[in-house]
Amino acid sequence: MLKLEKRPQPSRFWTWLTPLLAVLITMVAGGALFAALGKDPVEAIATIFWQPLFGEFAFYYRPQLLIKGAPLVLIAIGLSLGFRAGIWNIGAEGQYIVGALTGAGVGLAFYPAESWAIFPLMVLAGGLGGWAWAMIPAVLKLRFGTNEILVSLMLVYVAEQLLAAMALGLMKNPEGHGFPGSRNLRQYESAHNAELIAGTGMHWGVVAALIAVILAYILLSRHILGYHIRLMGQAPRAARFAGVRPARLVLFCLGASGALAGLAGLFEVAGPAGQVSIDFNVGYGFTAIIVAFLGRLHPVGILLAGLLMALTYIGGEIAQSNLGLPAAAIQLFQGMLLFFLLAVDVLTNYRIRMIRREVA
Amino acid sequence: MRITQLLTTAALALGLATAAVAQDKTKVGFIYVGPIGDGGWTYEHDKGRLAVEEHFGDAVETVYQESVPEGADAERAITQMALQGADLIFTTSFGFMEPTLAVAAKFPNVKFEHATGYKTAPNVSTYSARFYEGRAVQGHIAGRMTKSNIIGYIASFPIPEVIRGINAAYIHAKKVNPDVEFKIIWAFTWFDPAKEADAATALIDQGADVILQHTDSTAPQAAAEKAGNVITFGQASDMSEYAPLPRVSSIIDNWAPYYIARTQAVIDGTWESTETWDGIGPGMVGIGEISDAVPADVKEEALALKNAIAQGAYHPFTGPLKKQDGSDWLATGEVADDGTLLGMNFYVEGITGQIPN
Amino acid sequence: MVFGSIDPTLLLASLMVAATPILFAALGELVVERAGVLNLGVEGMMITGAICGFAVAVNTGSPLVGFVAAAAGGAVLALLFALLTQYALANQVASGLALTLFGLGLSALLGQGYVGIKPPRTPKLDIPLLSDIPFFGRVLFSHDLMVYLGLALVVAVWAMLKYTRAGLILRAVGENHEAAHALGYKVVRIRVLAILFGGACAGLGGAYISLIRVPQWTEGMTAGAGWIALALVVFASWKAGRVLLGAWLFGGVTVLQLNLQAAGLAIPVEYLSMSPYLITILVLVIMARDKSRAPASLGRSFHASQ
Repeated sequence: MLKLEKRPQPSRFWTWLTPLLAVLITMVAGGALFAALGKDPVEAIATIFWQPLFGEFAFYYRPQLLIKGAPLVLIAIGLSLGFRAGIWNIGAEGQYIVGALTGAGVGLAFYPAESWAIFPLMVLAGGLGGWAWAMIPAVLKLRFGTNEILVSLMLVYVAEQLLAAMALGLMKNPEGHGFPGSRNLRQYESAHNAELIAGTGMHWGVVAALIAVILAYILLSRHILGYHIRLMGQAPRAARFAGVRPARLVLFCLGASGALAGLAGLFEVAGPAGQVSIDFNVGYGFTAIIVAFLGRLHPVGILLAGLLMALTYIGGEIAQSNLGLPAAAIQLFQGMLLFFLLAVDVLTNYRIRMIRREVA
Repeated sequence: MRITQLLTTAALALGLATAAVAQDKTKVGFIYVGPIGDGGWTYEHDKGRLAVEEHFGDAVETVYQESVPEGADAERAITQMALQGADLIFTTSFGFMEPTLAVAAKFPNVKFEHATGYKTAPNVSTYSARFYEGRAVQGHIAGRMTKSNIIGYIASFPIPEVIRGINAAYIHAKKVNPDVEFKIIWAFTWFDPAKEADAATALIDQGADVILQHTDSTAPQAAAEKAGNVITFGQASDMSEYAPLPRVSSIIDNWAPYYIARTQAVIDGTWESTETWDGIGPGMVGIGEISDAVPADVKEEALALKNAIAQGAYHPFTGPLKKQDGSDWLATGEVADDGTLLGMNFYVEGITGQIPN
Repeated sequence: MVFGSIDPTLLLASLMVAATPILFAALGELVVERAGVLNLGVEGMMITGAICGFAVAVNTGSPLVGFVAAAAGGAVLALLFALLTQYALANQVASGLALTLFGLGLSALLGQGYVGIKPPRTPKLDIPLLSDIPFFGRVLFSHDLMVYLGLALVVAVWAMLKYTRAGLILRAVGENHEAAHALGYKVVRIRVLAILFGGACAGLGGAYISLIRVPQWTEGMTAGAGWIALALVVFASWKAGRVLLGAWLFGGVTVLQLNLQAAGLAIPVEYLSMSPYLITILVLVIMARDKSRAPASLGRSFHASQ
């Protein structure tokens, strides 16, 4: 009989090996899936994992990895702080939308004035918007003891409706022939989150994501607040004796994750997406939750996990267009990858032991 | 490091389109907003793609990508197709307009065709169908067939195309049945079967015995079938599985002739940036077979109307017509210009209710 | 007067239909959450049930067999979640989200050959005599079997949780798994069973959409119903009776806004669509003062370490 035994310390060896193991298992299982669909499995897997990085057009796809990965990493870093402290914000999608709306709103309000100050103001507004949206579950939790998982999730739906209302109403492009959607911020110089170096994919969102990774690393490993966060998550009662004030942690963790999600929304709407439209949100807020766990809630891990997710998205698109794989197969493949990554993590914290049936 | 990046950027901006020229097989790409199995909008575009494959055989290779979200992901999907050597790319949703133009600027040698948009470039054409011509025929049948004089209309989003359809249907229903009344529901979705079914049921519950829909699923057809004594019209595709009742006819998007013609133009080297807005005449809008549930005289009138529109003898928006607020729009015999139609944001006189904004 | 053309009888009758899919899914999730497990994969299980039920109903010609297959399909997907969270001790939030992604992809692949096909009709059960009662007959007694099954399930879940030993154990596991374990209950086994039940219910809810409410198969056709079901459980403060109330409210808001539009009323659709979620948050706040809270062990992994 197999039995799990908790390790006294998470295993370093398995922490690094499990993601590789999961990717390998996924390649085998995914290959079988693609073969069942009548495609060459080796070619399909190579297209997904190799083409974006080292293929003929890698010079285009590598920057795209940054563009696709940056919002995931930015949001996931914020979420991981809370997750470590046992504070569960799963409404990042809503905070992302609201950040995009407030940020874009500021930009659109200034149109067509040109000034260097507009973009910084938008960044500020985007961060504040996400922060404010996350403060709702935080304040309700502290004031009434409501569950932040549920309140933040409900607010996603509210934000989605708000987005539709804005794209069809207040923010609709007056010169858009009656179609829904705002003006294109990419054609409004002062509001455009442009590439910093053309062709690299580096925009302010990527920079912000990298800064967030570094700050989170320092916070968690060097700063007293980071220590409190970890303590709160591992031993809430001990944390209280150590002088941790849970209310402050709730405000900090939800606030920080909301602000980062809001920033991600702003950078996206002012850059790669360009406009507020009904379908502006494509699930970054939810995918980031997965990224946070794939990265084992560690800043560097999240950075790598975000890039891996981005890789499967982009590689998946190439496989669709080059090999005629249906979009559904790619979705299924991603689902499998996540399953395996989550499943093998058990090896990090537990030891598998064969035991003989005990004599009761 | 920096220099190589600059070089690759330059390659992207200038050189890459040449990769496409080097091939002898013409490669045609399609970007779809929904899954090809949606049974409506994307399904019909994909039928057009298959028609291109069949027509040209080995001379043409087609590629497609489905369920592409509008925005940043669309731009990447289009770029990717251009990089892989597509000579002609059709982007089949309004939301792909800005991404299409952005990519087109980087690939001057690749031709782009954007459906339902209004912005063009030297290598970007637009194309769309005059669905309102089909709506006129539907309105005529609806007005003649209704017994309760209440016609239900499931609209998607308040955009000019949808408003045009409502007006065209209303004008022609009213013409043959002065007592007719339109009940309009804005579903705020193109595709949500459950919601569309609910919308159809709500309209039927309130006395509608004809349902027109500008959303893409067959859910309203099924709801009408369940209710009985209600007629419907197929949207985007024929939906003939619901014929002869409740579906009595349909508007079919037929993109195949256009896709074949444009592909041919690329092969011949005669492709130019154009703004196409075709209707029943050139065959971009098809009227599905009018079923036997429609009395012979009504069917005859409807076909006559269809032919008049097809030959250009009759325009569905011909004066005298007033706007909803009672102000004059078109004088007797005057025909609406395309500019007004493309930006239509008002109901014609007689329709109750407001266009949401 | 403005509401003149809305017939309240028909409105309520279609409300019953609109509420049924989310009712099934939410009841299943309620049992799961009462056992202390948060499965965010409801949407994925619903859509898998929708295609399994549809495909089997088309191939066998029997909607009833279809519904059985839908429940099985939902449960199989739920089994994946159970393996991940109960045996591999993976995080429940992340696993649930992955499950939704997986289910959407799987259903789309399975459904490729079923687009544009009509499923066999599910007959309406007009209960004799009762269905002739004015008003109530049409609203309550003139539906298909699944509507009644949904209502019966509400009663069954309520009674099970409140009066049976099994319900007591389930709640004990959800409130404090260490204590339940100490008392000798098989925490993991109970949770796995609850998760399977939740999957089967979600599958039934999905198949109700593809076989009766719409009825047809199209990719992504559940269009977010699974997420609404999740909201519903919270709204209902983990009580079966309130799930029914909530299902009517959530289903009702959609039906009502469509009816108001048809009646010619200009209403701000987006703001009306937000209202159920805002009400849910309000309910959460009120509930927090009340005694009824979320199960204490909700979302936490359990591992019996000796």
